[in-house]
Amino acid sequence: MIEALKRYNQKIADASVEDMVLNMGPQHPSTHGVLRLELITDGEIVKEVIPHIGYLHRCFEKHAESLTYQQTIPFTDRMDYLASMNNSHAFVMGVERMLGIDKDIPKRVEYIRVLVCELNRIASHLIAIGTYGIDIGAFTPFLWCFKDREHIMGMLEWASGSRLLYNYIWVGGLFYDLPVGFEERCREFVDYFRPKMVELNHLLTDNQIFISRTANVGVLPMDVAINYGCSGPVLRASGLKWDLRRIDNYSAYPELDFDIPVGKGEMGTVGDCWDRYKVRVDEIEQCLKMIEQCLDRLQNELKRTSDFDPRAKLPRKIIPKAQDYYMRAEGSKGELGFYFIADGKSEIPFRVKARGPSFSNLSVLPEISKGVMIADLIAIVGSIDFVLGELDR
Amino acid sequence: MIFEEIKALLADKFGEEVIIGEEVGGLQPALILKPDAIAAVCMELRDNPKTYFDFLSCLSGVDYGVDINRFGVVYHLASMPYQLQLTLKIYKEHDRNNSEELPSFPSVSAVYRTADWHEREAYDLVGIFFEGHPDLRRILLPDDWEGFPLRKDYKTAEYYKGIKID
Repeated sequence: MIEALKRYNQKIADASVEDMVLNMGPQHPSTHGVLRLELITDGEIVKEVIPHIGYLHRCFEKHAESLTYQQTIPFTDRMDYLASMNNSHAFVMGVERMLGIDKDIPKRVEYIRVLVCELNRIASHLIAIGTYGIDIGAFTPFLWCFKDREHIMGMLEWASGSRLLYNYIWVGGLFYDLPVGFEERCREFVDYFRPKMVELNHLLTDNQIFISRTANVGVLPMDVAINYGCSGPVLRASGLKWDLRRIDNYSAYPELDFDIPVGKGEMGTVGDCWDRYKVRVDEIEQCLKMIEQCLDRLQNELKRTSDFDPRAKLPRKIIPKAQDYYMRAEGSKGELGFYFIADGKSEIPFRVKARGPSFSNLSVLPEISKGVMIADLIAIVGSIDFVLGELDR
Repeated sequence: MIFEEIKALLADKFGEEVIIGEEVGGLQPALILKPDAIAAVCMELRDNPKTYFDFLSCLSGVDYGVDINRFGVVYHLASMPYQLQLTLKIYKEHDRNNSEELPSFPSVSAVYRTADWHEREAYDLVGIFFEGHPDLRRILLPDDWEGFPLRKDYKTAEYYKGIKID
């Protein structure tokens, strides 16, 4: 309210007399988008961080209230634009459960969904790792990561027709079946990519300069992480095995075998920046494992047949019963939730609320960056790996 | 711990009158609570060793429509040790046309720190005031924005600071 605004203005005014107020962003390269951090600094030491978000607000929830469920899917793609498949997967599953058709989805469709989601998760983590390297001052890993990510982008473009915002997963099915030869090419990619990750680990993960910059920096204890609603790699790096793919067992995940990497504090304390980075690296390994299992099934018992139609189960009219439903799924950054209120009469939802994982993950930043050096703040911001499209929606 | 047990636990602790109603028809059962009790209930659910609802997944402010003049807040809690989910709802009649005040609910940001930003967002977009919130400023929209876009009676502004919006 007005009083809160006055209080904030007074605080900044006071701080600029005694300390220095420094604006980091919205154009700062290490804020990974249009995030503005207002720093109250005492010399090199950050006394307080005030994040300002909303520069990329595109009224997702308002749009969703005036479009049908199917028409909203392209908008969910634009939330976390580095992992669009995961967003639409979560949204679509929520709508399917409200309609009660989630058990009727063909197995092949479920496996294709998981396959493209995991490919997209790798792409998202590659960006996180690459840009984190560049924040710390290592330029080469960034180029390597982008080079490998390009293979994934190419494959997903082949399947869906676009490179970044796919609109591939639809309510009740898919846009198209996978193109002929996709499985083989995907397998080639996995075989090519495994050794690349080993090289990347030599270059960055075990790099002494990198370790010195990230170990014991920005330690996030587990209880703080839970209280701040952190999820995904940020929470797992603090030592808690919490992965919704295992907890909620949705889609084809219960049939897949994978581990959940957690932070162990190998280089310093549990929950430091290095742990958050390492959890993502380990997760890529697990994604590759899942992709191979999906491919095994897609090439054998769930093989492509000429009469298979991924659109066969599409409902003609999407009118869920009057109810509200909260769907949560593991996006690439953490718990991605959609809260629907359906009125039972129209094809347009009464209210949709999106809970972006980056939103809660970023809210912990002021807490863990009290009293750090400005250079360490860059390391902390990078290690949280948020996407502004999802923060601002 | 199932839904009925949680209900009984809350009725034991705070008395029957704290639970106004329940919605059990849908896929996720929800408890409707007395608005004033929400912070105490959340604190109890978080700290009780039988429930440990330590994670606030989502907090949504909802405008239930111009005709019924009702505003509400929906809390989605998750318990990590027991792997449970629970939905809590509070709402209040509020005459939006004849009142200068915003509909107001107690803040749970002292229980769950993540509610801080979620409540700022609910204030920003739906126009719900949270009593006891430490820093209730707009979060996604500019500080000088007029109106609350997710209200059902919101009219898109034609001008922003004298600039015509196309």
